[in-house]
Amino acid sequence: MNAPALLSVRNLRTYFDEDGRVVKAVDDVSFDVSRGETLGIVGESGSGKSVTNLSIMRLIPSPPGRIAGGEVFFDGKNLLTLSDSEIRAIRGKRIGMIFQDPMTSLNPFMRISKQLMEVTRLHLGHSREEAHEHAVKMLETVGIPDARRRADGYPHEFSGGMRQRVMIAMALSCKPELLIADEPTTALDVTIQAQILELIKKIKDETGTSVILVTHDLGVVAGTTEDVVVMYAGKVMERAPTVELFERPGNPYTKGLLASVPDPSCEDRKDLYQIPGLPPDVAHLGPACPFAPRCARVEAICHETFPPFVELTPDHHSLCHFAHEVYGSPGLNR
Amino acid sequence: MDEPVVGTSLWKDAWKRLRRNKLAVLGMVVVSFVIFVSAVGPPIIRSLTGYTYDYIPSDPELLVSLPPFTAADGSFSWTHPMGTDNAGRDILARVLLGGRISLMVGIISTFVSLLIGITFGATAGYLGGKVDEVMMRMVDVLYAIPYMMIVIVLLAFFGGQSPFGQLVLLFVALGAVSWLTMARIVRGQVISLKNQEFILAARATGVPAWKIIARHLVPNTLGPVIVYATLTIPSVMLLEAFLSFLGLGVQAPLASWGSLSADGIQNIAIFPWQLLCPGITMAITLFSLNFLGDGLRDALDPQMRKS
Repeated sequence: MNAPALLSVRNLRTYFDEDGRVVKAVDDVSFDVSRGETLGIVGESGSGKSVTNLSIMRLIPSPPGRIAGGEVFFDGKNLLTLSDSEIRAIRGKRIGMIFQDPMTSLNPFMRISKQLMEVTRLHLGHSREEAHEHAVKMLETVGIPDARRRADGYPHEFSGGMRQRVMIAMALSCKPELLIADEPTTALDVTIQAQILELIKKIKDETGTSVILVTHDLGVVAGTTEDVVVMYAGKVMERAPTVELFERPGNPYTKGLLASVPDPSCEDRKDLYQIPGLPPDVAHLGPACPFAPRCARVEAICHETFPPFVELTPDHHSLCHFAHEVYGSPGLNR
Repeated sequence: MDEPVVGTSLWKDAWKRLRRNKLAVLGMVVVSFVIFVSAVGPPIIRSLTGYTYDYIPSDPELLVSLPPFTAADGSFSWTHPMGTDNAGRDILARVLLGGRISLMVGIISTFVSLLIGITFGATAGYLGGKVDEVMMRMVDVLYAIPYMMIVIVLLAFFGGQSPFGQLVLLFVALGAVSWLTMARIVRGQVISLKNQEFILAARATGVPAWKIIARHLVPNTLGPVIVYATLTIPSVMLLEAFLSFLGLGVQAPLASWGSLSADGIQNIAIFPWQLLCPGITMAITLFSLNFLGDGLRDALDPQMRKS
């Protein structure tokens, strides 16, 4: 990571005010995405993955949400201080976004072509005809068969996988420098998942766009990303190159996650491993390590003081009192 | 499977369901018929019999109220299928003019209420927070004032200049009191829609707020809005009839079904056709509009979409 990063998130904090309590959905999150890189963000539900991305795009519903601190530098500009029209000029044009549920992320009353045309007419100043041509071309790119005819259909005439392809086409219409894919495959069945991931990878290789891939599926991360950020309770637990993370995790939580991945080659039919307990309610976090109640390597200090963000190598950081020890002891704590 | 893929919109789907509802189709046919006849009827009557809505015959023998299908000498005649009124004017011509005005009041006032209601409701719903709070409290305040009082005050203050001015005032007054429910309906729809992912997706592609409201939110609220609008038209027409009946609405020589009924009721014992002809026409039209509205509600209801 020598070249200046395309996207640089620094100490991002996004809070939600609910019933007089402050829910720290994202608390002090930092990471970088360089040009052409794919970054994975993994974590359980409610760990702040989606909120992080919506904060980058400044799409947090406010109220109750607010970005309480931090900076998001995109190509040198802090997105959090831009005016509304400046950020709108970046959304869709330089940063594209794909959402989790393709069934609800298209307007049911608009033809597919119209929805695709809206983006390019807005950002590229296309005429109606140019935009329509472009829409058809994009649909072909994402592998919609017979795109010219299908383009004038309505969303309910497309299957889930096809709709997700349409979403990808829409997100990529203006050749964005960064594509944020927020759990793009969660709502799809497994064969379609693989196709969609393959498609994202292919497009990334062809256009050189950077990708942030949000997921809770470690298998997806392993196959597609170069770096991984592991999030838990709104905090970054570990940040490392993907290969290193899988081979030598430096955080008990990451170890737990890796141990939870089912191993199909396993001969004896023992129960699947799972991390004990439930994710914490982020509205009631004390000063302690948020993972302490569920941690296998817990000591008294974990319940009392917040752990440091330890640098294991220049690229590998872990939020743990015992990061060095965990890093130094390979093997999963099954 | 090589048949061409033609995009069926949700509208076409709804249209198919509407056509299956016999009562709604009947309503639609009757309403279309009334609109058509009101539009083309008066000139035809004029060319056939020479009567217009305000033509008073010069022959003193004809200055009496004739029963339907009757000539001055008591024999059968096609000249006045609905008879004539006290001044000898052809009631059919007046009912058709009344139809024009009543339908116009119904449609234009509903349109005015749609315009204000959708803009107001969608803005309040989309912006949310304090803006929404203030805007909807305004609606609540207006709700609390009896609408009849507003209309009567408006008409009493500004009315009475010319028959045409009175008519325009009636459009505005009726539209201004009937947008409140529309605004609430649209606001509710917008609030439930604005957190859907396709709105988020539109925002994530940099679409400005007004375009999101106009292109993504409002079209998705149209189902309930259309249903409510088709039910607003008859209620506004009834309100207009009521006002005209009280003498506040349409003024002579113009006529609406309400003012015709008001004229007719004075002679109900002797010349019942003066009340029955406009009254029955109005009743049939309002019934048909309500059937059509009910049919549309069923056709556009997402719950029915599966069938």
